[in-house]
Amino acid sequence: MKIQITNGRVINPATDTDMVQDVFIAAGKIVGLGQGPERFGANRVVDARGKIVAPGLVDMAARLREPGFEYLATLESEMFAATVGGVTSLSCPPDTDPPLDEPGLVEMLKHRAKGRNQTNVYPLGALTQQLQGQRLTEMGELRDAGCVAFSQANSPLADTQVLARAMEYAATFGFSVWLQPRDAHLGKNGVAHDGEVATRLGLPAVPTCSETIAISTIVHLMRHTGARVHLCRLSSAAGVELVRAAKVEGLPLTCDVSINHLHLSEHDLGYFNSNCHLIPPLRSTRDRDALRAGLADGTVDALVSDHSPVDDNGKQVPFENSETGATGLELLLPLVLKWAREDKIPLPQALARVTCDPARILGVAGGQLSLGSNADLCIFDAEREWVVTPQSLKSQGKNTPFINLPLLGKASHTIVGGFLIYEDARA
Amino acid sequence: MNGNPQLNSDGKLQHLLTIEGLPKPILFHILDTAKSFEHVAQQEIKKVPHLQGKSVFNLFFEPSTRTRTTFEIAAKRLSADVINLNVSDSSQSKGETLLDTVDNLSAMQADMFVVRHAESGAAHLIANHVSSGIHVINAGDGRHAHPTQALLDMYTIRNFKGRFENLKVAIVGDVLHSRVARSQIHALTTLGVPEVRVIGPKTLMPRDVEKLGVRVFHDMMLGLKDVDVVIMLRLQNERMNGALLPSRDEYFKYYGLTPDKLARAKPDAIVMHPGPMNRGVEIDSEVADGAQSVILSQVTFGIAVRMAVMSILSGK
Repeated sequence: MKIQITNGRVINPATDTDMVQDVFIAAGKIVGLGQGPERFGANRVVDARGKIVAPGLVDMAARLREPGFEYLATLESEMFAATVGGVTSLSCPPDTDPPLDEPGLVEMLKHRAKGRNQTNVYPLGALTQQLQGQRLTEMGELRDAGCVAFSQANSPLADTQVLARAMEYAATFGFSVWLQPRDAHLGKNGVAHDGEVATRLGLPAVPTCSETIAISTIVHLMRHTGARVHLCRLSSAAGVELVRAAKVEGLPLTCDVSINHLHLSEHDLGYFNSNCHLIPPLRSTRDRDALRAGLADGTVDALVSDHSPVDDNGKQVPFENSETGATGLELLLPLVLKWAREDKIPLPQALARVTCDPARILGVAGGQLSLGSNADLCIFDAEREWVVTPQSLKSQGKNTPFINLPLLGKASHTIVGGFLIYEDARA
Repeated sequence: MNGNPQLNSDGKLQHLLTIEGLPKPILFHILDTAKSFEHVAQQEIKKVPHLQGKSVFNLFFEPSTRTRTTFEIAAKRLSADVINLNVSDSSQSKGETLLDTVDNLSAMQADMFVVRHAESGAAHLIANHVSSGIHVINAGDGRHAHPTQALLDMYTIRNFKGRFENLKVAIVGDVLHSRVARSQIHALTTLGVPEVRVIGPKTLMPRDVEKLGVRVFHDMMLGLKDVDVVIMLRLQNERMNGALLPSRDEYFKYYGLTPDKLARAKPDAIVMHPGPMNRGVEIDSEVADGAQSVILSQVTFGIAVRMAVMSILSGK
């Protein structure tokens, strides 16, 4: 399949290029920029006039809910949501049922995901068996089965000794350890930020020091073990400061923030809006602003959807009992654009946080739009307005704090491995 | 789901879920209406027809004696049909969801739900779910709110003190876990009480509580100085020994209301307690049964206040 994309504004964040030029795709690769190969003979010409042509988005956190939670979502529904959202690569946390703690499960997932030409799936292996924080998993075997890194998902590792050993063992092979920084005890039953809103609503709270203590512990253990660590879902200004200091020190530490935490704060809980029940909790506006600044200056490396489909049964219950998480795959693009617009971040820099930067952390191809790179890309209209509704979302998860809000920016075409796998009929 | 659904588009009370955000005239309207119902208890036939033909469902997902009983009496004095459901021991234990239970009862033509639930926000969830003809009264949700308790406390204060604008009020004890304290704070600040104090150890104070408009004291002797009203909060058994507090004895020593501590307040200060009391834990019997205690008046006033809320909600 040969595709020629004409007249689009082509942005390659990795090289900070931003210019109108044609893109030529053949055999799954980018074979020409501006100038195509002689006698190219495209099978398909896509007119991208007025649109942006960018690398497909790389989402470091998207729950596909398989195996185990097929009633919430299936691989089919969520991978389709990814393509509609312009996401061409994603990594999924190991908190399935059973958790991704043995090679067979990972192989099955990879196999199921590979069925057609569609979004690349990079599973994260469980760091400990059953995610219980006691015994290490067979990380080598899991890596051979396709895991790109090892994670505890949202279960904090209470035993510091086990954490140290898990990091040491991972470091032996150069594997990266992904941790959601949260103390296992502080704010254990908490569901909201320890501040004014939780006090008003009478909700059990999670203090900020639950995050900072965990980061401090991890940073000390990084010095001790030499492990590479990625921190998942930062939530506080103090957390950003600790990461900044660790990076200045030269430690191999990276981190991400979710679209929800980038745009929302504790005040969005309103009167018990369970769509805002997230891990970690939405914190103060000051924290949110620090996360935005951190993402802009690169202290925070990546923006993720933290896609977690939850059904109404999980959300239509009192806040404390509600399931955590929100749908996000289709919101990553409009919400990175919203951030860029509001904080006046140049588009190449903003898009880097959802393309080349996460690809670098994952250690995978993708996130590039250069001569010779994989033809994973998306074409989008940055100005197209759409309203987030249960009908407009393709994911089986319809719950998000952004429900019923208008957003700008929607993919019109998604290309993976040189195949046009999604095309918006209306675009 | 995000909005505060208790006022309708005309600014009238549709549900009573929390005191927070209610305008002062509505609070006074409830208190005035309650005053007009006080005589019903003195009549030979203790009934008025305001809720005749209406069905009030007492939906208690958490055990309660006093609150449920006073709601039941209030509804019956308004001539409503009252159905009491202790849901904790029926459908919920069979796995039915909260909203399914509510839907089923709505299908029985309920007009009003009085809801008590262990989780903060349960009453809001129900109010957002029911059809527009049904009214929801929050009879206590988790740590969040207990608006009728706060209203009857305001009624009690007004009864004994006459007005709110010149008062110092202290709320003492486990503010962290108390829905009563939260509702009282909103009611007191809305009604114009210039100084609301909360007193307790740091382990029982929620973060940023001063942003609700209160002064925080950890020393009860200082906190009670010159106050007009002392409101004691119940300390639940499970909080007494553990990481929040070392023992009930030590709690009583520092935060139990004894005659010598009460002597720090104004000589005519009143002592209140939402009940049920733990004698010897948060309050000394000598004080609980003493001349300054108005605790039993609170219970009596509770009926008139709940009658007022129900009749206002039903448009009478």
